[in-house]
Amino acid sequence: MKLTKLLAGVAIGLGLATAGMAQDKPKIGFIYVGPVNDGGWSQHHHEAAMAMKEHFGDAVEVVERENVPEGADAERAITDMALKGADLIFTTSFGFMDPTINVAKKFPKVKFEHATGYKTADNVGVYSARFYEGRAVTGFLAGKMTKTNKIGYIGSFPIPEVIRGINSTFIHAKKANPDVELSVVWVNTWFDPAKEADATQALIDQGVDVVLAHTDSTAPLAVLEKSGGYGFGQAADMAEFGPKPRLSSIIDEWAPYYIARTQAVIDGTWASDNTWDGIAAGMVGIGEISSEVPAEIKAEAEALKASIESGEYHPFTGPLNKQDGSTWLAEGEVADDGTLAGMNFYVEGVKGDIPQ
Amino acid sequence: MIVLEKRPQPSRAWSLATPVLAVVATMVFGGLLFALLGKNPVEAIRTIFWDPLFGEFAFYYRPQLLVKGAPLVLIAIGLSLGFKAGIWNIGAEGQYIMGAICGAAVGLAFYPLDAWYVFPLMVLGGALGGWAWAMIPGILKVRFGTNEILVSLMLVYVAEQLLASMSLGLLKNPEGFGFPGSRNLNDYPSASSWISQDLGMHWGVVAAFIAVIFAYVLLNRHMAGFHIRLTGDAPRAARFAGVHPGRLILFCLGVSGALAGLAGLFEVAGPAGQITIDFNTGYGFTAIIVAFLGRLHPVGILLAGGLMALTYIGGEAAQSQMALPAAAIQVFQGMLLFFLLALDLLTNYRLRLKTREVA
Repeated sequence: MKLTKLLAGVAIGLGLATAGMAQDKPKIGFIYVGPVNDGGWSQHHHEAAMAMKEHFGDAVEVVERENVPEGADAERAITDMALKGADLIFTTSFGFMDPTINVAKKFPKVKFEHATGYKTADNVGVYSARFYEGRAVTGFLAGKMTKTNKIGYIGSFPIPEVIRGINSTFIHAKKANPDVELSVVWVNTWFDPAKEADATQALIDQGVDVVLAHTDSTAPLAVLEKSGGYGFGQAADMAEFGPKPRLSSIIDEWAPYYIARTQAVIDGTWASDNTWDGIAAGMVGIGEISSEVPAEIKAEAEALKASIESGEYHPFTGPLNKQDGSTWLAEGEVADDGTLAGMNFYVEGVKGDIPQ
Repeated sequence: MIVLEKRPQPSRAWSLATPVLAVVATMVFGGLLFALLGKNPVEAIRTIFWDPLFGEFAFYYRPQLLVKGAPLVLIAIGLSLGFKAGIWNIGAEGQYIMGAICGAAVGLAFYPLDAWYVFPLMVLGGALGGWAWAMIPGILKVRFGTNEILVSLMLVYVAEQLLASMSLGLLKNPEGFGFPGSRNLNDYPSASSWISQDLGMHWGVVAAFIAVIFAYVLLNRHMAGFHIRLTGDAPRAARFAGVHPGRLILFCLGVSGALAGLAGLFEVAGPAGQITIDFNTGYGFTAIIVAFLGRLHPVGILLAGGLMALTYIGGEAAQSQMALPAAAIQVFQGMLLFFLLALDLLTNYRLRLKTREVA
């Protein structure tokens, strides 16, 4: 009798507590790996977060943490947000994957969204963009615009996302220009302007005149501006470097996704998801193609973009061989998402080895 | 006119007072910095120094202080032995990485065997890895007279490359879909360094406390400790007292390397969980600050490690709670070392008001 009374009291107390919490406006957290003014990846997530905040106005509260190292410190940063009442936390770098999953176990009521990872849970969703679709367009432009027939690629880490980008770039550069050669330099960092600048210079010294970067800063474009080569905006439009050296850009459009997921939390309809959207869904944007590019090439690039957007063309369509010459995709065959998600090989014609 | 006058003896009172004064000065000027950024300085200082210990969420932060402080103390204790004798191991970060790689490799080699001896072997592997990496500058210095500062520092970058290679190759998780990073050791109970995750207790915390006691006894009650102190204070006298400089260099570098390696192993098997490309976050460098902040004294280092951990944890909390930029927190931490070094002058010198003599 007494016990039931006690339990009933506790239940009422809990009920009141949750009711009280429900009245609070949702608190949305963002964790960034770089500084929010890196000019690329982290800044773009931050700007999308701000766009989301503007969309909802006073209905939501946004908290942010920048410069969070991947590893043990990330786990504390995420826990800190969850403890202080965040309802939904976006962890915006691949290295936050295990920390996100660990924290999610401890806070089953808090929702988590991890960018570019593959581990999900009931309260952890993942989202990423099909950047390789954008790479097809920039790769095509690079192949057309190179005069030395040598293009360069600054790789961050040899993870599938980056390998996909390299392959997509090369396939489409080759379509534009059969003589094209691609050199890859690995810098083992997402954001280090000095290293990125050094890598760009090293590529230029090898005779490369178009450089594509898979890192977050604007340093490669700054170097290209001096050397007279061409480059592309990465993650952000980087229009300030146009019309030369910036030919176009791959823009990450996270804001619509952030708005949709926040809305789902407000409505109470949030469920774990695995989102991988591209140009068609508006998650990958192609920046304005610069006036440096001749009109007919621009038209071809735009047609390529349109065919990807309509679903008519998939950037990984056979015949394609692996680097060792073995067949990967037969004529007309399209790569499946599973293979793409774990891609760990170069296509035929790419030089060098993937670092092991 | 104010002049600096060298003290005949370093002042004992000042050597105890400067760390405290440095902390106070950091609070004052840090508060000023936060005020200039448009934040309430009192609230910022409270968030950094008070809240993690006694605030609403102290139950979470207090254990985190142990997690953050333990590797700092463990590494700093090792470094302090060498620093006392004038042997400058600046590459603890590299030894920390090598300890983590070797220790984790031992654990991963046994995966998924469930046995009591897995973790002790990993500890051994971690210590050996750090020790061996520190022996490179040690042997080069003894044999060829190279500068251990440069060699140990450069080896950090070599270790970082090796770390990247391990996460992408040899130690990569075979079930990781080609993504870099090893298996998570937290999912392998036999290889985990956690004692209680909720209390922030892992074997690295235990090892840090043991290291403090060990260093205290060594320096005060043991011949080797006497030799270390003597070499630092009076190298010539040390030679007359029978100190073999080569042996001392190898001993100091070896101990500091092994302790840094242990710190790396405990970190990878506990809080970090896995070998990844970005596994190291600068503990090896921060430990240098901790060693000096603690006056190269074991108990001092323990306190300094705790204080450093507090500025990290509190600084992080201030970032998300008050929207302070990360750079402001780093400036704040930098101030601490700056004021310590600046005020340190007063230990060896005194200020004198002097009237200019008429010629």
